[in-house]
Amino acid sequence: MKKAIIFVVFAAFLFFAAYEIHPFGELDDSRMDDYIIENAQNETAANNVVTSVVFDYRGYDTLGEATVLFTAIAGALVVLRRVKNE
Amino acid sequence: MSEERMSVIVTTIASLLFPFIFIFSFYVIMHGHLTPGGGFQGGAIGASAIVMLIVAYGAREVYKKASDEKLSIFESVGGLLFVLVGILGFILAASFLSNFLVGEPIFGNIPPFGSNPGELNSGGILPLLNIAVGMKVIGGLASVVLIMALAGGEKK
Repeated sequence: MKKAIIFVVFAAFLFFAAYEIHPFGELDDSRMDDYIIENAQNETAANNVVTSVVFDYRGYDTLGEATVLFTAIAGALVVLRRVKNE
Repeated sequence: MSEERMSVIVTTIASLLFPFIFIFSFYVIMHGHLTPGGGFQGGAIGASAIVMLIVAYGAREVYKKASDEKLSIFESVGGLLFVLVGILGFILAASFLSNFLVGEPIFGNIPPFGSNPGELNSGGILPLLNIAVGMKVIGGLASVVLIMALAGGEKK
């Protein structure tokens, strides 16, 4: 009974979220895109706007990506080093 | 020991191609702020050059020249360089990772608006961050493949 209630509540939330979701293919607010297209070359002095977004406007994100890479490699080295030393 | 090594033809061609692949990797990393690509992509190319050497010569022979400890140190230096550039932005300009080199003589030439041929001496801190990420990816991917090849080749 409890499980059924939880299931119904979660299904209701799911359908509500699916109903409220942004319509597929409809244009979104473009202020952010316009700002980046207009100002990226002046603010970051780079021609490649994609790189200026990845490394400058979203630099924290790239730092996190580099941390993910570091963690994955540290894990692989820790797991596989024991095999080498035995 | 030497049975991991492939034939003379393969090793010769691998040694011949290695510097060119590495130069291409460096080109992709250095032109990250002008052309498609950047630190991650160029680093993957450079790591694939080292993987080619592992395939041709065997993991042990590559381990003698570039052990995974050395490659890990290379990777860590790249990560530290990234954070260091970010902290320099904190000290010299507004915030962490802010582009403090725009308008300076090094990497600071601001290109005209719109499409233009572009020049290497632009981009602010983006080339520095691309180099840092490239070092990270080269060292990281190569050390993972090397340690996996060493662990996989172990037969008792």
